[in-house]
Amino acid sequence: MIEIKQLHKTFGKVVAVDDVSFIARDGEITGLLGPNGAGKTTTLRCLYTLMKPVRGQILVDGIDASTDPVSVRRRLGVLPDARGLYKRLTARENIAYFGQLHGLDDKTIRTRTDAAIVGLDMRDFADRRTEGFSQGQRVKTAIARALIHDPKNVILDEPTNGLDVMATRAMREFLKRLKGEGRCVLFSSHIMQEVAALCDRIVVIAKGRVVADESPQALRDQTGEANLEDAFVKLIGTDEGLAA
Amino acid sequence: MKATLVVFLKEVRENLRDRRTVINSLITGPLMAPIIFVILINTLITRELDKAEKPLPLPVVGAENAPNLVAALKQQNVEIKPGPADAERAVHEQDEDVVLRIPADFEKAWDKGEPAQVEVIFDESQRDAGSSVGRLRGLLDQYSQRGGALRLLARGLSPSITKPLAIADRDQSTPQSRSSGLFSMLPYFFILGGFIGGMALAIDTTAGERERQSLEPLLANPVPRWQILAGKLGATTAFAIATVFLSIIAFSIVGQLMPTEKIGMSLEIGVRFVACTLFVMLPLAALLAALQTLVAAFAKSYREAQTYVSLMMLVPVIPTLILTVLPLKQQLWMYAVPLMGQQMTINRLLRGDYVPASGLVLSFVCTSIAVLILCALTVRIYRSERLAISA
Repeated sequence: MIEIKQLHKTFGKVVAVDDVSFIARDGEITGLLGPNGAGKTTTLRCLYTLMKPVRGQILVDGIDASTDPVSVRRRLGVLPDARGLYKRLTARENIAYFGQLHGLDDKTIRTRTDAAIVGLDMRDFADRRTEGFSQGQRVKTAIARALIHDPKNVILDEPTNGLDVMATRAMREFLKRLKGEGRCVLFSSHIMQEVAALCDRIVVIAKGRVVADESPQALRDQTGEANLEDAFVKLIGTDEGLAA
Repeated sequence: MKATLVVFLKEVRENLRDRRTVINSLITGPLMAPIIFVILINTLITRELDKAEKPLPLPVVGAENAPNLVAALKQQNVEIKPGPADAERAVHEQDEDVVLRIPADFEKAWDKGEPAQVEVIFDESQRDAGSSVGRLRGLLDQYSQRGGALRLLARGLSPSITKPLAIADRDQSTPQSRSSGLFSMLPYFFILGGFIGGMALAIDTTAGERERQSLEPLLANPVPRWQILAGKLGATTAFAIATVFLSIIAFSIVGQLMPTEKIGMSLEIGVRFVACTLFVMLPLAALLAALQTLVAAFAKSYREAQTYVSLMMLVPVIPTLILTVLPLKQQLWMYAVPLMGQQMTINRLLRGDYVPASGLVLSFVCTSIAVLILCALTVRIYRSERLAISA
């Protein structure tokens, strides 16, 4: 479970995140929805302790990120916006590297990697060096390495970015599977259909603030719009930066 | 600390797979300098030897004015050639190293017992011509002294009265110390070797990792940043040390191939030399690695890092320059200055001089302290938020 309370983050004079609070529960998919530049990535970066918030508290399974960032990172599987692989290592070696950094033993790494290779359908390219991988192959490898330590909480920053239709569908199925395994899944997106199709709960962020935190149905009811996209536009008060 | 080892091994493995890094760090870095060095020294030595043994070709203008002098020169292995029409121009254009001009009134002045003038036309700035000019001067001096002695004898005086001072040279140099001038660039080559060896990794593991967008996922792992940094620094240092080691080995092999003994010099790179040099170079390699990592961590992109780090290649020249411009007497405290201590140690070893153990230890300890300070600085940079974010 991830709890974010009154998170505030500035860069110089620019306020990136302004009093953001929400909860992402276990066994649910929580979508962080907002236009480009709304503060989604910054919120997530504070969550996986890459950045320090100016104010506010972040709790992951009850552990405070400001006092014990290493334990928090141990409980998170993170697919950041940046998902660079080491091109001179094979997909399998890329995954194993992160497993070793988590302190897993070789046998655990091997069994989990094998499972991920089957689960994410990576057999064709698992033992190739990642140089020249397609976007889809890259994302699969990045996800496999992010989940090598079997984390309870999974954070994905715009996971379907750059994926084609087939890969996007596979990604949605994968997120549902994570949810089915009882994990807490939190992902950010600016794509309406994606969030609507997947999420149990939608947190809408605009200009660094939370403007709604509801289930998809409640969101439609609240704004009086039958269409979720219209509801979204109404909430953020502008259609700037909106991309379908 | 296990994470540090994991990072270290991964960086080493990944970079060993990069052909360009391997060629630069482990082949070009250690071998380039010795090879250039051998070619340079060999040409130098063979040319010096050639010049000393070969007949000296000498264009003479007005040879007919002093047949005796010309005959004496011929006896001394000088090959007399007809002089060019314009002697000054021929020297200036480097057609000739040196030209001898004998004026028409030479014989007259000589017969009268007056100083008879001869002109030696040369270009001081042409270093190459230096030995020819020197040889000619020596021969002319000899001839002049012999003439003077004969005149004194003719007047019933002993030639020794014109020599109130007898100068005896007692050269204290040894074959090794004579060669140290020739090999004074050697420490710089070793230091440069370490520099080149670590360069690719320093950039690849910091600016490169950020540019490839793999730093952010890496930092999301439950490992303190300083441990990740320590692994990266360790890998960079390992490559730098490997380069220094290979370069010392390459030089010791190359030293045997150089015909230095022919010009009364010797280059001895034995076990003691290798051991002492490695001992003082070890912390220096770490220092260079830390410095490169620090600079590369500041850079926004791979290219920018490359520019900064390449510029830093000038840093190791500074102590060499200082020691050349200000010929300071070597003192113990100088071992404490990183770079200078290494420079002094290697120079003294090459001269076959004794290097005090206190100096070795001082150099090692002080350079290590500098490494720790630089590492602490780099860790600070690694803590900053700006660092992790690409784009």
